[in-house]
Amino acid sequence: MLYTNLKHIESAAEHAKIINENENVMVICGRMGPMCIPVYGIAEELEEEYPHVKFYDMEFDHPEAHVIRNLPEVRGFMGIPFTIYYKNGKVVKATSSIQSRQQITAIIDEHFAQPVNA
Amino acid sequence: MDGVKHYDAIVIGAGPAGLTAGIYLSRARLKTLLLDSGTVGGQMVLTHEIANYPGVESMSGYQLASIMRKQAKGFGCDIKSNIVIESMQLEGELKQVTLSGGMVFTAHAVILTPGGRSRTLGVKGEGRFKGRGISYCATCDGDFFTDKEIVVVGGGNSALEEAVSLTKYASKVTVVHQFDHFQAFEHAVEEARSNPKISFMMQSAIVAFNGEEKLESVDIKNLNSGEISKFATDGVFIFIGYVPNTEFLQGVLDLNQWGEIIVKPDMSTSLEGVYAAGDSIVKRYRQVTTAVGDGTIAALAASGFLHEQKTRKRQPELV
Repeated sequence: MLYTNLKHIESAAEHAKIINENENVMVICGRMGPMCIPVYGIAEELEEEYPHVKFYDMEFDHPEAHVIRNLPEVRGFMGIPFTIYYKNGKVVKATSSIQSRQQITAIIDEHFAQPVNA
Repeated sequence: MDGVKHYDAIVIGAGPAGLTAGIYLSRARLKTLLLDSGTVGGQMVLTHEIANYPGVESMSGYQLASIMRKQAKGFGCDIKSNIVIESMQLEGELKQVTLSGGMVFTAHAVILTPGGRSRTLGVKGEGRFKGRGISYCATCDGDFFTDKEIVVVGGGNSALEEAVSLTKYASKVTVVHQFDHFQAFEHAVEEARSNPKISFMMQSAIVAFNGEEKLESVDIKNLNSGEISKFATDGVFIFIGYVPNTEFLQGVLDLNQWGEIIVKPDMSTSLEGVYAAGDSIVKRYRQVTTAVGDGTIAALAASGFLHEQKTRKRQPELV
């Protein structure tokens, strides 16, 4: 298990349940490494700012992480973390390696825009 | 001013230098704000193992940064990470920092510890293939290149040490370096040269990255002949040093030709009340320990400056 302050996904079944029961989910699949830690840190900060998005991490080397590692959207990825954005259980965006806060919020704002009540 | 929060000191950058400054200033009961555009810990966070920090046998950079952060916060230091600074006014008695969300902070002293970042080659395709064949971290991404042929760019200690470590995974490592000699220590050069999996392409430079979904080849220019050839590779690891994060200080205070902040021995800069510390200043050795030392000096000097300023204000003017 990763020692971040994010909620952790520890099995493929749990992963399936989370992405199917929540409209907007971001999963960061990595290690406690240089390129991953900044992304976890940003996600931890965004949890308050984006209450309509669920933020999780998953250990890259966990056998159950095949649900991330085998996604067609990550084909060609050769840098961790793999960060996957799910909307209603479907992948809408995937990124590889370190990302900045601006890059992450741009994706969230584009794909997980908060519903506006008319 | 409405909506403006005043501090005694603002520290820009929360790497080891900034965190140390934050610890010292807060401990001295000075109201201190620590701002960072990224993750707290700076480049220290990017280090897997720190084994030469006195008093700590071995610890990951992330853990050491977490302890420093806790220590600073424990003394009352306000810390804001992943912020975007919109503007900064460092001249005059009252310095002002405005964040992108509109928050405004003022202080009589500012300590700049913006650190540095990995230098990129800046050639065609580099941004596109980051994480798809181009990496800046061997320990993070090395295993993606198991039994593959890769390139390492650079000729310093990091480049040669990482080239050796990457031979654990890769079937072949080609070191591409622009000069005819290495800048690394002799032992690192010897270790790389004696590794049968490593070959060298001297006086050469990558001028383009090519591929479709992921990196497939690079264009390498022979700097002697000018000839450009295509070189098939699965991955490129770039270790060509660091650049200081001081672009925002151009024209604001004195920098040298490499963009490093020029400081006096007490870490004061060309602007009164503005100090600098860590990897972004002019110095020879860039280590966590030297950053911590710089941060200490800057904080003590800034504390002295603030005390002097307060004392000066209390003195009646002599006629």
